[in-house]
Amino acid sequence: MGLLSKKDAKLITDPLADNNPITIQVLGICSALAITAELKASLVMGIAVLFVLGVGNVVISLMRNIIPSKIRIIVQLIVVASLVIIVDQVLKAFAYELSKTLSVFIGLIITNCIIMGRFEAFALGNGPWKSFLDGIGNALGYAVILLIVGFFRELLGSGTLFGIPVLGDPIEKTGLYATGYENNGFMLMPPMALIIVGLIIWVQRSRNKALIED
Amino acid sequence: MGLKQNLHNLKEKYKGTKMAPAFNAIHTFLYLPNEVTHGGTHIKAADDLKRTMNTVITALIPILIFGMFNAGYQHYAAIDPSLRTNVLANFFTFDNLWIGIIKVLPLVIVSYGVGLIVEFIFAVIKGHEVEEGYLVTGMLVPLIVPVDTPLWMLSVAVVFGVVIGKEVFGGTGMNILNPALTIRAFLFFAYPTWMSGDKVWVYDAVERAGTADAISGETILGSYAQGQEVIYSNWDKFMGFIPGSVGETSTLLILLGAAFLIFTKIGSWRIIVSTFMGAAVMGLIFNQVVAADIITESSKFYGLMNTPFWEHLMIGGLAFGAVYMATDPVTASQTNKGKWIYGFLIGFLSIMIRVFNPAYPEGVFLAILLMNVFAPTIDHYVVQGNVKRRMKRLKAKTA
Repeated sequence: MGLLSKKDAKLITDPLADNNPITIQVLGICSALAITAELKASLVMGIAVLFVLGVGNVVISLMRNIIPSKIRIIVQLIVVASLVIIVDQVLKAFAYELSKTLSVFIGLIITNCIIMGRFEAFALGNGPWKSFLDGIGNALGYAVILLIVGFFRELLGSGTLFGIPVLGDPIEKTGLYATGYENNGFMLMPPMALIIVGLIIWVQRSRNKALIED
Repeated sequence: MGLKQNLHNLKEKYKGTKMAPAFNAIHTFLYLPNEVTHGGTHIKAADDLKRTMNTVITALIPILIFGMFNAGYQHYAAIDPSLRTNVLANFFTFDNLWIGIIKVLPLVIVSYGVGLIVEFIFAVIKGHEVEEGYLVTGMLVPLIVPVDTPLWMLSVAVVFGVVIGKEVFGGTGMNILNPALTIRAFLFFAYPTWMSGDKVWVYDAVERAGTADAISGETILGSYAQGQEVIYSNWDKFMGFIPGSVGETSTLLILLGAAFLIFTKIGSWRIIVSTFMGAAVMGLIFNQVVAADIITESSKFYGLMNTPFWEHLMIGGLAFGAVYMATDPVTASQTNKGKWIYGFLIGFLSIMIRVFNPAYPEGVFLAILLMNVFAPTIDHYVVQGNVKRRMKRLKAKTA
């Protein structure tokens, strides 16, 4: 551990598992339901949030002493909004198709509670380096869950991973489909994302009883 | 040494170990347990949970047997429509039963096998006794799916239904949703092509599709939804000589089962009656809408709205849902007044979803699942209403 002190490393590793923003704090659920039908969209969403939260936390942390507390929410919103617009424009310029699939959900990163939550709970009270690590950690924790949910939904729902068929061709009936297997349409619907997140929570809490709250 | 003694010895041997619940379950399923309660006085009643479940299964057996004959009958009648002219002569034949045996029995076996494995696994992990809840669910599931449902789909759905519909809430008695309907809903949303259309209701129709021997059998609701004429007489509809899910077709047998359940005080007559009432009222409303020329023949809703309200009661899964699904004591309303409201809304919503659902002309399972969610709310307001009324009475007395 040359680069990070133990305390700093905890800022990154904690949100990955035992303080995960989705499964433990139960924040940012809407986007986890909406865009996880494909792994590619989940990945891009994860990266977008990583950028917004990492940079945003630093910006807020740098300004934390000059923001009047009465209008801090507005300042935070402006920071997120500017960063989200950057993400949106970059996506439109370099990955137009993808930005169309993600459509409104990139813009809705602004309303992602994880971001405002980290600004309020961490960046306003900590230095820029720590805030940066916290932002990265929480965004990674978010992205991990998105990828897990996206993996199962795309594999079982469409039989592909990142758009590449892995189970054979459902129309030509090759690979697994030759045995009579069929894609599970329920996986492509948002309720299934909720159920998968629920199952992850279940597994996580039965492995670590300390996480169960009364 | 008899089987009972053997089982008892096994049970003693495994007592206190992780596998104990599994052996206890087999033992008490077959025989009365040796243990008796010690001390204290108890209300004595012969009907424990197992007896309750067995009563419902008894009521389902005639429907299962009829469904087996019907599976074969629909198959042969689709090939040779002339069989329909003399139903009674062509219905109870061995050929029909044979198709039932090779198509319907596997559904029953898979449903029970997979479901009980899941229950046993959970009992062993959690260290509680195996609960009897699956005995009825396992019998209901094969009766509410199309005869041609692939067995692997059924297994996936059963695992989903038992785990998500029941075990996550804490097992039998704690579930919010009816597990059998959760399984049905999973199948419907996951594999819609196998749950609707004009092929899956008749054995072999999917296999033959596109060949010269193609056969089909649209359900009555499907035909009405598409504005087609229906070839079945009202007698056929009531007796159940029609295509549909395995056990849902025979309104007569379902009503006999209902009488049996009401007689043994297992099923709630309030729920059954109010469900039929709710459906009739909604049907009447739609009939009036058509009679008032608000909906004309060009509308896509015309076919089902114009169906006489009493016909709605005997086609599709309404009767089966009302008698065997809505009355599930765990997921239904508990208060008597609540039962009337709960049942009425199930019937009312069933017909509404049936008419307005664009993808699938049946709504009973969706309506029951929806009301399962609302049942505790209904009970809450009934109880609160009681409290309020009595408070008022108390005040009037003391004032």
